Amino acid sequence: MVRFLLSGDGPRSLILSVIVALIFVALATAPFLFPGSRSLEVAARIAIFIVLVASYDLMLGYAGIVSFAHTVFFGLGAYGVALAGAHLGRGWGALAAGALGGTAVAVAVAFVIALFSLRVRAIFFAMITMAVASAVAVLVSQLSWLTGGEDGMNITIPRELTPAFRLDLEIFGTRVTGKILNYYLVFLCCTVLFLLLLRVVNSPFGRVLQAIRENAFRAEAVGYRVVIYRTVATCLSAGVAALAGSLFAIWLRYVGPDTTLASEIMIDILLMVVIGGMGTIWGAVVGATIFVLAQNYLQTLMQGAADATAALPLVPDLLNPDRWLLWLGVLFILSVYFFPTGIVGRLRARG
Amino acid sequence: MTAAPDHTPIMQRPPLSVRMQPWIPVLLIPALVITGFIAVGNPTSWLTLTVSGLAMGMMIFVIASGMTLIFGLMDIINFGHGAFISFGAFVGVSVLIALGGLTGVPSLALNLLALLAAVLAAMAVTGAIGWGFERVIVRPVYGAHLKQILVTMGGLIVAEQLIQVIWGPKEIHIARPEMLKGAITILGATLEKYRLVAVVFGAAVFIAMRLVLRHTKIGLIVRAGVENREMVQALGYRIRRVFVGVFIAGSALAGLGGIMWALYQELITAHMGNEIMVLVFIVVIIGGLGSVEGAFIGALLVGLLQNYVAFIEPKAALVSNIALMVAILMWRPQGMSPVIKV
Repeated sequence: MVRFLLSGDGPRSLILSVIVALIFVALATAPFLFPGSRSLEVAARIAIFIVLVASYDLMLGYAGIVSFAHTVFFGLGAYGVALAGAHLGRGWGALAAGALGGTAVAVAVAFVIALFSLRVRAIFFAMITMAVASAVAVLVSQLSWLTGGEDGMNITIPRELTPAFRLDLEIFGTRVTGKILNYYLVFLCCTVLFLLLLRVVNSPFGRVLQAIRENAFRAEAVGYRVVIYRTVATCLSAGVAALAGSLFAIWLRYVGPDTTLASEIMIDILLMVVIGGMGTIWGAVVGATIFVLAQNYLQTLMQGAADATAALPLVPDLLNPDRWLLWLGVLFILSVYFFPTGIVGRLRARG
Repeated sequence: MTAAPDHTPIMQRPPLSVRMQPWIPVLLIPALVITGFIAVGNPTSWLTLTVSGLAMGMMIFVIASGMTLIFGLMDIINFGHGAFISFGAFVGVSVLIALGGLTGVPSLALNLLALLAAVLAAMAVTGAIGWGFERVIVRPVYGAHLKQILVTMGGLIVAEQLIQVIWGPKEIHIARPEMLKGAITILGATLEKYRLVAVVFGAAVFIAMRLVLRHTKIGLIVRAGVENREMVQALGYRIRRVFVGVFIAGSALAGLGGIMWALYQELITAHMGNEIMVLVFIVVIIGGLGSVEGAFIGALLVGLLQNYVAFIEPKAALVSNIALMVAILMWRPQGMSPVIKV
C-alpha cells in the first residue's frame, strides 16, 4: 500500500526515511503537538512550499530546465482564488472555481512561454522567464483596480475555515477551530499533490524527462520529441505550482505581490531545491523544511550569536539576523559544488 | 574525351534586399525614433524623451556589453552580473560622498574630476571582484550551463548580502555633482544635463570598445575567440588569460554602468543591480549573444521604447520591452546580429 502510494520510489535510505517520517508526523499532528499560531503558520508554510518546490524540481531536477517564472504560476493560482472570492462571493464553489481557473491560466501561460522559448535556445529560457516574472510582478502591482496593487487583496473563504468557527471538540487540550480545519485542508491537498508528483516522475514520462536532461540530443535521436516533453513538463509544473498558490492564498486569506510574486520567493525556491537535492522529489521535503525552519528560527539564533560577539568588529554585522540569507547563499554555492545531489543525494549515497 | 564545359563566371551584384540585410537592425533605431515622434505628437516632449531614452540605452549598453562578451568568449552565462552593478554603484557613491568638497562647488572641472575618481574607483573595485568571482565561483563550473546559472545566482545572493553588511541595509541617496544638476533648454525642450553627459559617456565607451575590438591585436584575439575558441588556442594563444581579462573588463564595465545608473536615479539599493539585469537580459537576447554591436542597438531600442511608452501609457512600459523581445525573436531567433550560431 505504502509502496503503491509512493510509486515505488521511497526515500531509500534509513536516515532519510526517519527524517521524512518525522516531518510527516510532525506536519500531520502540528496543530495539537505544537499549539500556537506561529508554529501552525510555519507548518502550513512548510507543507505548501514542499509542493511548490517539488513542482519546481520537476522542471529543474528532472527536465533540466531553469525557469525563474515559477512565482508567476504560484501567484496566478493565488490571485485566481482571490479574484473568484471577490467576484463570486463566499463559498466552496468560488474557492474551487478560483483555484481551477488560476491553474488553467497558469498552464496556458506556461504553454505559451514554453512553446516560444524552449524552441529558441535553452539558455534563453532562463533569461526570458526572469524578464516575464518581473513584468508580471510590475503589472500586478500596477493594475490596482483588478489586483489591489501593492496592498494585495483579502480573501473571503467559507466560514468553516476561519478561526471564528469553533467545533465542540477538544484533542489533546486544543479546541478544534476553523483555522485547524483550514490547516488540514492545506495538509491533505499538499499530500495528494506531492504523491501525484511522485507518480509523475516515476512514470515512463518522468524517465524520458531524465533522459532529456542527461542528453537531449540522444533522446531526440532515440525518437522522443524533446520539445513536446519539455513543454508538457513545464505545463504540469506550472499547474501544480498554481494549485500550491491557491492553497497558500486560502491559508493566508490574503494575497499580495510580496507573498507570491516577489523575486525573493523565487530565490527561496531555488535555495530549497538545491539544498534539499535536485532530481529527487524527496529533496523538496527536506529542503523546504530546513529552509522554512531556518527562515523562522535561525534568525533568533543569529541574534543571540550577534549579541554574544557584539564587541568584535564586523562579526556582529555578519551575524545580524537580517543577514541570514548570506549564510544560506554560501551554503547554496557549496552545495552546488560539493554535493550537487543535495542532502537527499548524500543520504542515499551513504545508505 | 569530352570537352570541358564552358566556364563563364557571371559577376552579379547581390540584390539590394540582400545587401541591406545586415543594416536592418541599425535602421530600426531611426525607425523607432520617427515612430516615437508621431506617437508622442509633441516635438519638445519628444526631444526630452529621446534624450532620456538614449541616456538610459547607453547605460544599459555599458552593462550589457560586458555580459555579452563574457558569454560570447567563454560560454558563461553570468546571472551574478547584477552584483557588479550594485558594487560599482556603492563604491562610486562612497567616493563621491567622500569627495564632497569637489562635488559641492560650482566648478565643472572639479566636478568632473570627482566623477572621474568615482568611476575609476568603481571600475577598479568591480574589476577586482570580477577577478575573484571568476576564480572562486565561475571557474569550477565551466561548460555546465545549469550549474553556472545556479552558482552565479548564489554569488549574486551572497554579494547583495555583503553589500548590506558593508554599507548597511538602507538605501542611500546621492546628489549629483553641482554642475551636473538641473537642466538646459534647447528648442523649448528641457534636457537634464546629466542625461546628456551619460549619452556622451556611453557613446565614448562604445567607440572605444569598437576601436579596441576592431583595431588592436587583443581585440582580434577576443573576436576570434568568440567565433572559434579551439582554433585560437591551437594557434598558440593562451585563451584562459584572455578569458580572465575579458571577465575583469566586463565586470569593470558593469561597475561603470552601476555608478552611471546611481547618478541617474540618485538613489541606490543593494538590489538595484538585479532590477537592471532584467533589461540587460532583454538587450543581450535581442542583440544576439556575443555581439557588442547587437547589444548597442538593442540597448538603444529598449531605452527609447521604454521612455516613449512610459510617456504614452505608463503601465505598459516594462511589458513593451517584453513585446519587443518577442517580436525580435520571432523575426530572428538568434537575436539581431548573432556572432555565435548555435
